[in-house]
Amino acid sequence: MLRHLLCVAAAAALAAPVMAAEPAAGAADQRLDKLEQRLDRLENSPASNPPSSIGSFNPAVSVILSGIYAGLSEDPANYHISGFPLPSDAEFGPGDRGFSLAESELAVYANIDPYFYGALIYSLHPDDTASVEEAYIQTLALNHGFTIKAGRFFSSIGYLNSQHSHVWDFVDAPLVYQAFLGGQFGDDAVQVKWLAPTDTFIELGAEAGRGRGYPGSDRDMNGVGAATLFAHAGGDIGFSNNWRVGVSLLNTSPRDRDFTETDLAGNDAFNTFSGHSRTYVVDAVWKYAPNGDPVYTNFKLQAEYMRRHEDGDVTYDADGALGATNSGAYDAKQSGWYLQGVYQFMPYWRVGLRTERLDPGSVDYGANNANLAAPDYNPSRNTVMVDYSLSEFSRIRLQYARDKAYQGVTDKQIFVQYLMSLGAHGAHQY
Amino acid sequence: MKKLLLALSMAAGTLLSPYASALNVFACEPEWGALTRELGGDRVSVYVATNAFQDPHHIQARPSLLAKARGAQLVVCTGSELEIGWLPVVLRQSGNDAVQPGKPGYFEAADYIKKLEVPTVLDRSAGDIHPGGNPHIQTDPRNIAIVAGVLTKRLAEIDPGNADYYRSRYQDFDTRFEAAIQRWEKEAAPLRGTPIVVHHKAFAYLENWLGLKEVAQLEPKPGVEPTSAHLAEVLDQLKHQPAKMILRTPYNSERASEWLSERAKIPAIVIPDTVGGSEKAKDLFGLYDDIVQRLLSALQ
Repeated sequence: MLRHLLCVAAAAALAAPVMAAEPAAGAADQRLDKLEQRLDRLENSPASNPPSSIGSFNPAVSVILSGIYAGLSEDPANYHISGFPLPSDAEFGPGDRGFSLAESELAVYANIDPYFYGALIYSLHPDDTASVEEAYIQTLALNHGFTIKAGRFFSSIGYLNSQHSHVWDFVDAPLVYQAFLGGQFGDDAVQVKWLAPTDTFIELGAEAGRGRGYPGSDRDMNGVGAATLFAHAGGDIGFSNNWRVGVSLLNTSPRDRDFTETDLAGNDAFNTFSGHSRTYVVDAVWKYAPNGDPVYTNFKLQAEYMRRHEDGDVTYDADGALGATNSGAYDAKQSGWYLQGVYQFMPYWRVGLRTERLDPGSVDYGANNANLAAPDYNPSRNTVMVDYSLSEFSRIRLQYARDKAYQGVTDKQIFVQYLMSLGAHGAHQY
Repeated sequence: MKKLLLALSMAAGTLLSPYASALNVFACEPEWGALTRELGGDRVSVYVATNAFQDPHHIQARPSLLAKARGAQLVVCTGSELEIGWLPVVLRQSGNDAVQPGKPGYFEAADYIKKLEVPTVLDRSAGDIHPGGNPHIQTDPRNIAIVAGVLTKRLAEIDPGNADYYRSRYQDFDTRFEAAIQRWEKEAAPLRGTPIVVHHKAFAYLENWLGLKEVAQLEPKPGVEPTSAHLAEVLDQLKHQPAKMILRTPYNSERASEWLSERAKIPAIVIPDTVGGSEKAKDLFGLYDDIVQRLLSALQ
């Protein structure tokens, strides 16, 4: 490689016109010759055998190990978010009581060739099932600020959505993520992203995908099931502060997306929704570290607001269990937000506070207003956490939450969690 | 959509292009920014991603870095996995083909330096170790001199129109720098064999250059903050293996070295390990001037 470069440089030097006219050039060449000799000596000196490096393997492999102890004052089987019914396969709630293995993650990633990067993140669940969390390829060689990503990946909408749960600052996802995205929105999709040629970070992007996950629903048809648009901007204020803000839109068309809701007669009714779902996300992050060095102290403030408009048809009692199947128009505008701050007050130790609230907004069941009630309860939750990181690769966390996600109940939740990573030293997103 | 973006991109590219004249260089650390300025003069526009008060092991891929990497024609970094926690993600998301690893626009200085402290066993129980060897190569000016030559060739390759300009600047820089190295070596002669304690293993190349003898580190393992138990051990060790001074970088907390300084009755000094790390370290010449002077005054 070096030799090749030297050849190129030498060729360039020969090709350079009027070089001899300048007396300095000859001396410079001599110096470069001297340097070449020096480099030759270096290269020919007995090589110290460098050990095979983790990073030099192709591909890099890393494993995330995580376990959790949860003490919950309420039975998690009853957990729901009042006014925001979710399909049975969405991820929400505090999980199991007692000791449990949290999600373990196996990540394999590398540059495929000069043109593509590829990553597979395989998620191993405590119930002995496994799933492909992400499996995507991404372009490296497009110019003009473009990157294209294809495969299964977490959408770039919002701030937290594209981050893996092991880099979250709290054990669980904010209620807005659970209520509006079923935890996190990942899809089988294609993403185009463009970075503007400006000093301020400006990124525009769009995704088109299958729409297999909530708030969409999997279906067998051609075309696009979910589409997103997002714009992010960010920058520095001096050395000590940096920030990022964003707006995003997620557009999906779920078909027969199911939800179970207690009806006006007090029965658990199985219902389905078909129509359009548009979720708007506004996100903002501000990070502070003295002189930009986060090792001793740092602070991170982050907030996201989501607003969703869904319209279409709801079929009440879709499975006919109550013998009262009835379809009617549906129109709902709902919103929610969270605000959190995490402060590292000394090396390895951080404390965090999170407060969040959902607004039931306006829900009109049309002809089904006779069967289903419009919600008027504001789910909320306050959380405090403290974590201790023994190194970059291990973290132990204690978290306490007062969760008022469902009406009339305060679920007091205590979590103890460990999060560790082994293998390749991955680079983290902002 | 893509057409629109492409059109937008090209329009913005013509209007906002910051590299109409000068070569845009993205330097990971201040020393490479300073060296590129020495070699490139007014033909380069240098952006330095980090400052001397940031621990180079703990840099975040903040949004402004992506914006700067997108417009760079040359990325100059240390390598040896010093930037592994942030640079790969910045380059991957930059949408800039020219500066991807393996391309002429990507330059790792440590590739051309014989590394010290190359580990024979790779196990994280030994702390934050770098498989390629100690990456803090910039504390030996002889390494800077080597990198200057290779970087000149790289600048000439990327920007052939200014190749002669870079070569003549290199010649001028190398003459002055080699003379300065000889002066520093003469001045620093009394330091040879001086036993020292370091906070982090950030000075291996400085020690090798000036013949300092590192007898202990304040970090129990590389990258692990000093613990009181370990500091007590070091204090104990110094009783039968005395050292003359304690060295730390500007980004290390003073607590551990001041604690030890008080008890072991030896001075604790801050050694700027890159340009900008002290008042006098304004450029590469000021940096080593200041390093040598600080070491000498601590010896007295």
